[in-house]
Amino acid sequence: MFNRGVRNILLTPFLIWAGLFIFIPLVCIIWYGVTDYDGNFSLANMGLIFNHGYFDALELSVALALISTVICLLLAYPLCLILTERQRDNTTIISLLFILPLWMNSLLSTMAWQTILEGNGIINQLMRLLNLPDLQMINTPGAIVLGMVYNYLPYMVLPLYISLTKIDRRILEAARDLGANSWQTFTKIILPLSIPGAISGITMVFIPALTTFVISALLGGGKLLLIGNIIEQEFTFHYDWHIGCALSVILMIFIVLNMLLTAAFDKQEEEAV
Amino acid sequence: MKFKVLILILVSLLTFGCGGGDKPKSEVYVYSWGDYLNPEVLQLFEKETGIHVILDEFDTNESMYPRVAEGAVHYDVLCPSDYMIQKLISNDLIQPLDFTKLPDAKKYIGEEFFKQAETFDPGNKYSVPYCWGTVGIIYDKTKVTDPVDSWSILWNEKYKGQILMQDSARDALMIPLKIMGKSLNETDKEVLAKAQEMLVEQKPLVQAYVVDEVKDKLINSEAAMGVVFSGEAPIILKENPNMAFAIPKEGTNFWIDGWVITKDAQNVDNAHKFIDFMCRPDIAAKNFDHLGYSTPNTGVRELVEDEELKNSPIAFPSSEVYKGQETYKYLGNQMDEYYNSLWMKIKVD
Repeated sequence: MFNRGVRNILLTPFLIWAGLFIFIPLVCIIWYGVTDYDGNFSLANMGLIFNHGYFDALELSVALALISTVICLLLAYPLCLILTERQRDNTTIISLLFILPLWMNSLLSTMAWQTILEGNGIINQLMRLLNLPDLQMINTPGAIVLGMVYNYLPYMVLPLYISLTKIDRRILEAARDLGANSWQTFTKIILPLSIPGAISGITMVFIPALTTFVISALLGGGKLLLIGNIIEQEFTFHYDWHIGCALSVILMIFIVLNMLLTAAFDKQEEEAV
Repeated sequence: MKFKVLILILVSLLTFGCGGGDKPKSEVYVYSWGDYLNPEVLQLFEKETGIHVILDEFDTNESMYPRVAEGAVHYDVLCPSDYMIQKLISNDLIQPLDFTKLPDAKKYIGEEFFKQAETFDPGNKYSVPYCWGTVGIIYDKTKVTDPVDSWSILWNEKYKGQILMQDSARDALMIPLKIMGKSLNETDKEVLAKAQEMLVEQKPLVQAYVVDEVKDKLINSEAAMGVVFSGEAPIILKENPNMAFAIPKEGTNFWIDGWVITKDAQNVDNAHKFIDFMCRPDIAAKNFDHLGYSTPNTGVRELVEDEELKNSPIAFPSSEVYKGQETYKYLGNQMDEYYNSLWMKIKVD
């Protein structure tokens, strides 16, 4: 579209941005992660992941992030199917309902969940009205998963919805013409064609869920530490940049792994189609 | 180290590169706890002295320290707690005060507070006490049937899921240390390991580890008892009359927050003026009204108009409450790390 010179000029602002705010900080993090206080090379801080029960926190983070991602996918997929089916109806209203929560500060909505789930919170007050026993909801892994699903569901809905609406209706009609029933149409056509959307949805939910520290701090009552909380504490509370960066690098490895996996999957799909 | 400098240069170039221009008149940069000063007091100071106050706030000593140590922003006056003042002294980050410029501090700050401050600031060279308090248990009289006079009630199975603890290494470990009759500045690793074990044992009974949320949770009767700083107690008692405050017999932490001036302060004179202004009884009374934390200023009590507050044994305790109590000391970098690692193990357990 553009010739080489124009393209380079247009790219420069982004390259400067990427260099200053993505590349240099990344190098700093890795540099701090692999050095000790005297600036000598050392992997000791990385090894700390096996100490202090930090690995348990990492396991818990991965487990909760996976569960939240699966729940988001299970909730979002049927919703998006219905949204695309009724493409010519008032879908804007339904999608607004899902995008609207994004307009509100996520910290506020998480704090609202705190009041809802608390011992004397809204749910338990309702339970008492109905003479049912109180539920212990706040400060449990379930509360954290709920917070994650609530906060990240729109990030699953959007890419899924886009990939489903992109499917050419004529392909579906052709399938019907050739005798496929709805189940066959779904498994052979809709599902494979929506996988790229599902994959970007999974990435967009899994990564923030894995690294969050706000949701777990507010809904976990300080009793459940995720790896994000530990990194946050190392930086703000213990003032230990080396350990904090080392743990961040380890977390990054998990994120890169996730991205490689999804990319590989994506490519495979493309070839299959 | 070179790397840090490079980052700082980059950051400052980016943020301040385009600024500059008009020269400031007379200023003082203050870095204090969140909501720790009456805004009216700052206006009065500006009006009387013509010195413009630029106020930044922190929420923990630990988050304040790196910003001062890295020198990213030049603050003149800080308001850290006892052990953090000692850490700042030992890392050469604050300067001795010129007490000839602080006549009101000498006149009005109670002698016993200067004396207690010697545990972290020997010779009272670096700091002027601003607020002080103790740590105790707030409990719901309708839910707690046992007498609350010992820290060990926090280990009572009866109150499972009804206990709020402080979310900080020193404040959490202080409690089992006191139960064992040890110092809250304990450095014996075996004793500390035992204290850690006790907290791990207690964890299933704890509803949450909290910091500022403790106030809201107790006002809403979310828990039967919680560990709180004495300065927070009057507000909770006022909002929720079912609550009562007790200081356990095993002893508690006598904490002091004080004003200090940084080593590389640009406005040393103004900083002294600011600190002395804070020690003037009418100003200290305004701050006390706003905060509710106990003040070491001897001129304040007679100026308090609210009779209830004036006679509150929590806001103005008798010297019995704090006599002989310990104040946190800075235990050195290694011991700090050890405390933190113990606490992290408790939290991820």
